[in-house]
Amino acid sequence: MPGDLLGGPPPEMVNASFPPEVIDRVHHLADTGQYPIRGLGARRHVPSFDDLVFLTASISRYPLEGYRERCDTRTLLGGRHGAAPLELDIPVTIAGMSFGALSASAKEALGMAATAVGTSTTTGDGGMTPEERKASAKLVYQVLPSRYGFDPADLRQADAIEIVVGQGAKPGGGGLLLGQKVDPRVAAMRTLPPGIDQRSASRHPDWVGPDDLRIKIEELREATEWRVPVYVKVGATRVGHDVKLAVAAGADVVVVDGMQGGTAATQDVFIEHAGIPTLPAVRQAAEALAEIGMGRDVQLIVSGGIRSGADVAKALALGADAVSIGVAALLALGCNRSSVMDSGSNALDVGADYSALGTAPGRCSHCHTGRCPVGITTQDPVLERRLHVEGAAQGVANYLRAITMELTALARACGKSDVHHLEPEDLVALTVEAAAMARVPLAGTTWIPG
Amino acid sequence: MEALNCEEVSVREVNAVLRRLARGDEARLTHPGGRHNLAVGLATPVSVTIEGNGGYFVGGLCGASDGTGPDIVVHGFVGWSVGENLMGGSIRVCGSASESVGSSARGGLVSVEGHASLRAGISLKGGTLAIAGDAGAMTGFMAQAGTILIGGDAGHGLGDSIYEAVIYVGGSIASFGADAREEELTDDDVLEVKRLVACTGFDHIDPNRVRRVASARQLYHFTTDHHALY
Repeated sequence: MPGDLLGGPPPEMVNASFPPEVIDRVHHLADTGQYPIRGLGARRHVPSFDDLVFLTASISRYPLEGYRERCDTRTLLGGRHGAAPLELDIPVTIAGMSFGALSASAKEALGMAATAVGTSTTTGDGGMTPEERKASAKLVYQVLPSRYGFDPADLRQADAIEIVVGQGAKPGGGGLLLGQKVDPRVAAMRTLPPGIDQRSASRHPDWVGPDDLRIKIEELREATEWRVPVYVKVGATRVGHDVKLAVAAGADVVVVDGMQGGTAATQDVFIEHAGIPTLPAVRQAAEALAEIGMGRDVQLIVSGGIRSGADVAKALALGADAVSIGVAALLALGCNRSSVMDSGSNALDVGADYSALGTAPGRCSHCHTGRCPVGITTQDPVLERRLHVEGAAQGVANYLRAITMELTALARACGKSDVHHLEPEDLVALTVEAAAMARVPLAGTTWIPG
Repeated sequence: MEALNCEEVSVREVNAVLRRLARGDEARLTHPGGRHNLAVGLATPVSVTIEGNGGYFVGGLCGASDGTGPDIVVHGFVGWSVGENLMGGSIRVCGSASESVGSSARGGLVSVEGHASLRAGISLKGGTLAIAGDAGAMTGFMAQAGTILIGGDAGHGLGDSIYEAVIYVGGSIASFGADAREEELTDDDVLEVKRLVACTGFDHIDPNRVRRVASARQLYHFTTDHHALY
């Protein structure tokens, strides 16, 4: 036998097309007939802001003194059509997340944190709760395809309007809210029977296409007496076209959500296989605005996997005016922590609750189950009480301040007195892929692939 | 009576004037010329008459969550999404209506004396929609709550993915959508249709001879067994 001549059989190779995890997945589908639904964002590796580094100051550029010289972070969003722009102290906003997916306490805590640091938060696919409006000094009201709980009275209370065309985690798909989270309050707000598996629409009921969108934006302006800016949010797919069409339709602000963006629940196949990463999305969006001469008039917000001040700085350098955070804000609230504080301010280990979901702290994405061990993505009143609103809000505020200081540290090192002065010329890429997507040179070269 | 000639003032000015009207006031819009977004976002119970054709979103975002709102009459045809997200009050279209009549309406009454195009009552959330004539395909798509009355024929895919809304059809039904089915007409249904006929004047509809369409509630929970049903 040939194997004997070579000293035994060859080592068993893993099949590249069917490695053990793929085999497990096929077995799971065969056993249950259920495709995976989960929360949070893409797990696969994609080119990201980690693949870029800053060319900070040296002889040809001089830096500003850290902790001494001022670096401005003030951000204005949406004054194009005479509306009162949203004036934010920092270029980091909190993305739309629904009451329903999140507990009312979590929404309230996000509002309190945003208010504390002078930024905005955003409603979601379930309407505006009174707690959220009260806690949020600047609140963006989403107009989603489902229109769950949409109320013109709430619209008139909003500081800005965001028409959601798509979401980075599931561009082209509607949201899901599984029955265990559709409790009586959520059901009533959404006009649905309690306990059903809710399917949000993927397309708006009253308009389709860019020409209709222009009229829709005008309707919203009429209903709000042209007082507040109108954003249009798209999931990152055909970014250049979508940005231009949104602007042509009259958007004051365009929000582009990359594929790393999170969700409370959608099909895993959507999260991992639809849309493009945030890195190329921001560059395509900025270039689209520049091509139509709207780079200064229309603001660009980018979201999807923003975690640190470095990510914010890189997004701004590539052309964003601000970023939105979702998953990172939930983590700062306490998502994936191993313990919560009980009513006596003692740490309560909740590891067993993660185990019951088949996961562990630091790895959990079981938002869809409604059994969130730390009380964030749940409607269970017992679990919700585990989230201490003021403490959680403080955590998010701390996080927002810290990443803003990371942002200004990098901006000062690049010699910028305003974070919005960061530019593509401040960046190089560590990989050929990132260089091509971000359209900055590969480090150590002048080569921009593509 | 406030009179506004839409050829002389902008839509923005028209709506600003309408918003300033006090409860019970009346306004008359002439020469609308198919303009979009007429009488949008009115919360107060006032009466608005539009003497001609309106464009998209006529009467959109009107009314309040207590069911009150303006009474709007359009002496003409309307474009897409008349009365979208209506909360209260009423909209009467004396001609026919284009797509998505009363989409997402949470309250109030939208009545159409002529026909309605595709997706009438899409995403309906508690409002009432009455169409004297025919309704296009996918009427009642994903309608969550409320009532749709169709005096004439209904197009294909009627009530597709409907939740708890109820549809009454006086004429023929081309086909049902996913999870929609015909159910036995009850005495309560007859009373409800009588009430709608009385308040709309669509007395060609016989409340005892309409067909009731509602959800079979088989798609309320996800399962791959349903993969071929959507």
